[in-house]
Amino acid sequence: MSETTVSRRGMLKTGVAAGAGVALPTIFTASSAAAYTNEPTGSTVTLGFNVPQTGPYADEGADELRAYELAVEHLNGGGDGGMMGTFSSKALQGNGILGKKVEFVTGDTQTKSDAARASAKSMIEKDGAVMITGGSSSGVAIAVQGLCQEAGVIFMAGLTHSNDTTGKDKKANGFRHFFNGYMSGAALAPVLKSLYGDDRKAYHLTADYTWGWTQQESIAAATEALGWETVNNVLTPLAATDFSSYIAPVLNSGADVLVLNHYGGNMVNSLTNAVQFGLREKEVNGKNFEIVVPLFSRLMARGAGENIKNIVGSTNWHWSLQDEGSKAFVKSFGTKYGFPPSQAAHTVYCQTLLYADACERAGTFNPCGVAEALEGFEFDGLGNGPTLYRAEDHQCFKDVLVVKGKENPTSEFDLLEVVEVTPAAQVTYEPDHPMFAGGNLGECNPGA
Amino acid sequence: MDAILLQILNGLDKGSAYALIALGLTLIFGTLGVVNFAHGALFMIGAFCAVTLNKILTLSREIVDETRTDFLGNPLKVKVPYVEGWFGPELGAAIIDWSVPLAILFAIPVMIAIGYVMERGLIKHFYKRPHADQILVTFGLAIVLQEVIKYFYGANPIPTGAPDAFRGSFDFGVLLGFDPNVIIYPYWRLVYFVFAAIVIGAVFAFLQFTTFGMVVRAGMADRETVGLLGINIDRRFTIMFGIAAAVAGLAGVMYTPINSPNYHMGMDFLVLSFVVVVVGGMGSLPGAVAAGFLLGVLESFASYSPIKNFFETYLFLPSIDQIIIYLVAIIILLTRPRGLMGRKGVMED
Repeated sequence: MSETTVSRRGMLKTGVAAGAGVALPTIFTASSAAAYTNEPTGSTVTLGFNVPQTGPYADEGADELRAYELAVEHLNGGGDGGMMGTFSSKALQGNGILGKKVEFVTGDTQTKSDAARASAKSMIEKDGAVMITGGSSSGVAIAVQGLCQEAGVIFMAGLTHSNDTTGKDKKANGFRHFFNGYMSGAALAPVLKSLYGDDRKAYHLTADYTWGWTQQESIAAATEALGWETVNNVLTPLAATDFSSYIAPVLNSGADVLVLNHYGGNMVNSLTNAVQFGLREKEVNGKNFEIVVPLFSRLMARGAGENIKNIVGSTNWHWSLQDEGSKAFVKSFGTKYGFPPSQAAHTVYCQTLLYADACERAGTFNPCGVAEALEGFEFDGLGNGPTLYRAEDHQCFKDVLVVKGKENPTSEFDLLEVVEVTPAAQVTYEPDHPMFAGGNLGECNPGA
Repeated sequence: MDAILLQILNGLDKGSAYALIALGLTLIFGTLGVVNFAHGALFMIGAFCAVTLNKILTLSREIVDETRTDFLGNPLKVKVPYVEGWFGPELGAAIIDWSVPLAILFAIPVMIAIGYVMERGLIKHFYKRPHADQILVTFGLAIVLQEVIKYFYGANPIPTGAPDAFRGSFDFGVLLGFDPNVIIYPYWRLVYFVFAAIVIGAVFAFLQFTTFGMVVRAGMADRETVGLLGINIDRRFTIMFGIAAAVAGLAGVMYTPINSPNYHMGMDFLVLSFVVVVVGGMGSLPGAVAAGFLLGVLESFASYSPIKNFFETYLFLPSIDQIIIYLVAIIILLTRPRGLMGRKGVMED
């Protein structure tokens, strides 16, 4: 039988040490030896992939996760290298990042801001993630971007289309490769003019949250500049499933175009309802009634089925593009998984490569060094043509695709066809544009 | 006037779905005394019966078409449904086209079986437990069921169209003397409304005009006395659970062409259906049906832009379309605590 004696001094020492440890939230502290949050010290570096694995965008999340895994494989020298071979920057060697093997952890955002913040926090605090990336919702992206800014890690946004992500809610530690509502409007307007003329009356149905508001504002501004009149804008609840009562009054409004500022299940249901009500077969003001879906996604197009045929919208990327980067990515992804990648998969793959490349060029994982390497970075070969990561707002400026639902698809993936590739110059705006005003990038936070 | 008619029509199809789900909920509550939060999941499973039958009917063999290529540049594999091979291209295509109505035949035995297993396997253990326990266990079951569906079918909606003959819409306004294009109504929504009316009528007729139904109604009024007469009321109530599950399932089957089904659709209807039951009066079947249609139409009116704007501008109530049902429920319950047609003594002990 052993006897343990506890001295008063020893008790005090232990208590003080434990108290200090508990009192300080680890997310906002770094060890005195570390220069920044989660500085990798071993032979590996950990990235945090925060995607919706449950909830309404789980399919997008699953596709994003596939692309992340593919990117990690390529960064570590596996597979065929994908777009690393076509990327204009040649800093990546297939030996991990800065010689450290890339590992990853995943979190489930559930497409809820609080759940997304909790999973990102856990990946930073418990798993030591040095960078967080992902998301299939602007609300989630903005929430996680704010957390990463406070925590001192880089956030590479996934699928987020709201102007606010790199507008009023932009952060120095956050970067977006995906396009935004303004760019959709700027790309769509000339195509809409050539297809439907400049004398149209538009009726907007808009999802009632940050993405819907900013997209509606962008599309209305772009089409009004053409000479179109915005007859009405009705906000619809995000939880709505049946849009018939919102769509039925459209025909009596005098409008001859319906703009659906909806995404995901909302888009599938509102478009289906609009087609059921025969809007596309009607003639109003002596013109054929038209429907526009400004943000398209192939995964959503599949949900809408035949209703998507000939509907015009915009997208960040499409697997049918024939540039070398897109072909390499489609081959790599398609060979591994058996189907072509979505735009969500493409943007997160690019973001992972761009982050790794920035680390290599900066020679550090320090968020401030990485941010400096990304700011003003010009690159090519990642499927969107020459691209600029603008320093002022951390938004990528690149070509935008205008697409429409294919009349005669040859397969379940062949749902959209590219109508026009709108050059980057046409969708570029000033950093202080009113639709993006009100925010402040602030200072980079390394977290130490 | 035309706008009012249009919103009434729009409310009727949604009201039909509320009424069918609420009818099943009330049947279960009235017979077994169980508050079944898994009822929305039964509606969703019904919808996925239609999806499943469609998938079965479109099971295909692959033929390599050397003249075309897939996304990787390999020869394209074209899918030809077995049904078209067995019955010929025209009849095969027609069978696939009519997969949703055919799914009614598929869903009835499946839903009755699911209802039977649910009641015997789980629900019966909670008859004498507090309502809170029943709600917790059935809500948990609903989440399990929807996650199972998501695992097999994914999270995105799956389009399952109506037969070609019922696609599109007809000009209801012209029939009533209005201008063309003023009151447009999709064919399938009309089919859904008629179908709901037939199912509701059939359930009422079954309860009203059959010996089985008479015993069930007696059991709903006084379970103990019916038991004392030597009637095995539990067995009949189990069958009623199966019937209630089938009603929810059929509502789901026929709803698939209206909105592409997804794993979450049951939850979208569940809470509103409970409000419908409470407003109609706990345990009252006519009350559930009446409240279903009433709240469906009210919700439709609240979504109408001028009404929405009026509430926002003059009554400072934004998003009235999202709260109207709850607002009306509060008013009705304040003025008629038992709901529209609630019976004395139900949920009052």
